[in-house]
Amino acid sequence: MSRWVIRRTAQMLAVVWGVMTLAFILAFIVPGDPARMVAGTNASPEAVASIRHQLGIDQSLMSQYLHFIGRLLRGDLGVSFALQNQTVGSVIWRALPYTALLAIAGVLWEIILGIPFGIISAYRPKSFFDRLSTFSALFGLSTPPFWLGLMLLYFLAFKLSVFPLNGVGSPLIWYLILPSFTLGVGGAAFYSRIVRTTVINVLQSPFIEFAQLKGMPSSLILRRHVIRHALMPIVTMIGMDLGYFLGGVLIVESIFGIPGIGQLAFRSISTLDVPMITGTVLVASVFMVVMNFIVDILYTFIDPRVRLQRNN
Amino acid sequence: MNDHFEEIERSLDSPSFRSRAWHSLKADKVAFTSVVIVLLLIIVAICAPWFAPKQPLYQYPDGLSDIGAPQGPGRNFLLGADQNGRDVLSRLIFGARVSLTVGVVATALASMIGVTIGAISGYMGGWVESILMRLTDIVLSFPILLFCIALIAVTGPSTKNVVLVIAFAYWTYLARIIRSQVLSLKEREFIIAARSLGLTTPQIIRRHIIPHLIPTIIVYSTLGVATSILIEASLSFLGIGVPLPQPSWGEMISEGQKYFQSAPWLLIAPGVTIIFAVLAFNLMGDWLTDLFDASSTGVKR
Repeated sequence: MSRWVIRRTAQMLAVVWGVMTLAFILAFIVPGDPARMVAGTNASPEAVASIRHQLGIDQSLMSQYLHFIGRLLRGDLGVSFALQNQTVGSVIWRALPYTALLAIAGVLWEIILGIPFGIISAYRPKSFFDRLSTFSALFGLSTPPFWLGLMLLYFLAFKLSVFPLNGVGSPLIWYLILPSFTLGVGGAAFYSRIVRTTVINVLQSPFIEFAQLKGMPSSLILRRHVIRHALMPIVTMIGMDLGYFLGGVLIVESIFGIPGIGQLAFRSISTLDVPMITGTVLVASVFMVVMNFIVDILYTFIDPRVRLQRNN
Repeated sequence: MNDHFEEIERSLDSPSFRSRAWHSLKADKVAFTSVVIVLLLIIVAICAPWFAPKQPLYQYPDGLSDIGAPQGPGRNFLLGADQNGRDVLSRLIFGARVSLTVGVVATALASMIGVTIGAISGYMGGWVESILMRLTDIVLSFPILLFCIALIAVTGPSTKNVVLVIAFAYWTYLARIIRSQVLSLKEREFIIAARSLGLTTPQIIRRHIIPHLIPTIIVYSTLGVATSILIEASLSFLGIGVPLPQPSWGEMISEGQKYFQSAPWLLIAPGVTIIFAVLAFNLMGDWLTDLFDASSTGVKR
């Protein structure tokens, strides 16, 4: 077990290193002279040269790369080009709460809608409810999220004025209902399908029959056996979705005007703010990698079968 | 040597497979409808000029009202006109060309990369597998959309870039699925036999492994077209998709967004089109999965 954890940790670090390298390459692909950007268009050539030296971009590629990695290891993401005198870390830190709340609310929608629908469908396959939920799940999976967001805005915010039209305000949760729903609907559809298949399989297995035969009430079977099994494949997906959402959900954020990490990244790309681009991309991928890792570890604790397998 | 390839080909071509496909289509109304919609989309895309009632790029003066607002759906413009007086229906029909071309080409490219990497890493195992799979992990955990936006911001929007970007995002899924299939395939007797006959690894992969993956590749390619249509629409929505003035479904929504309060049909028409197209490809993928499952286990023979 512990050997497996060590190996998994090493793998995670390897992936983080790979992502850092990709981010470094990304910074090189983006055109424009960073020194000129910092100095401004009217700066003298000497001033530009001195800034170039300050930024370290007059050195060889290899030493720049080592410098870059070293800086990241110290948690220093650099200073923004576009926003004068602000560190990338502090700007991302300010955008993070919006994205984090949106991500958590989105995952909540996935859970609240996906799991009950899946379980009820599995208990009554081919019923009206099952068909309805299959049908909605198919639509949920085939609808472009940006279109769904715009439709919700048009009908619920513009026509009926139930929800606020745009931006953020207080209470924040009120402004996040539509965006998080838009975010979670695809995942909810997917979860309900997975849960349905899992539960149908579980209901046919011998241990459920045994529980029924020994007189266990069906509500207890549901709570003790069915839900537990139904959650297993979902845990992985919840973790991965959360990691993915935390990296900023550009489309939902831009439709609903939420100042999160996704919008920040998009804006930094259009202003060619290289440190901000690499910063946001790095934060997003590290969230993803770390969540993946946590889920993998958690999984071994939830499912004894996996634990046994990994012991060998 | 080509036994397995021929066997698969025979099973795909054989009257029994075809008649089974036909029978399952007749029995399953949903699958039937989805296949019909996919075929219709392909025909409409190829023969777009014959189907479109008007010119997709021409700005009709009568498409705008006296005060310059776009005309709603009516007899002249079946699905209404857009903010420039262009016919929405004709733009949708020509947009099918863009969406389908991007979807098919990007998926084909992604399949080639994904199948190659998945098959090699699954078959070779060891350090080759470790390196290739970690590479897949890195691409999977990288925020692809942001990476693509940055890339397109640099190289400028073009149809070629959109295709490359989608292929770059989708191959990882295929690589993982193919790898797990190859892992179980390579323990089968005929592979061991081929190896003991002295066939080289590339020969075994090409002649004996890949043919067995064809059903999986077909199913995931169908689903891939659906995914590609969605990604293309998202990229166009962000303004970095297929360049203007080519009509694309995502771009129509993106443009219509600005006028949706006065002209909601600009959003509804392309949105519903995307949903139906994606739904049809998804359902066709489901049907193909069932069909191939039945043929590989031989249950319905």
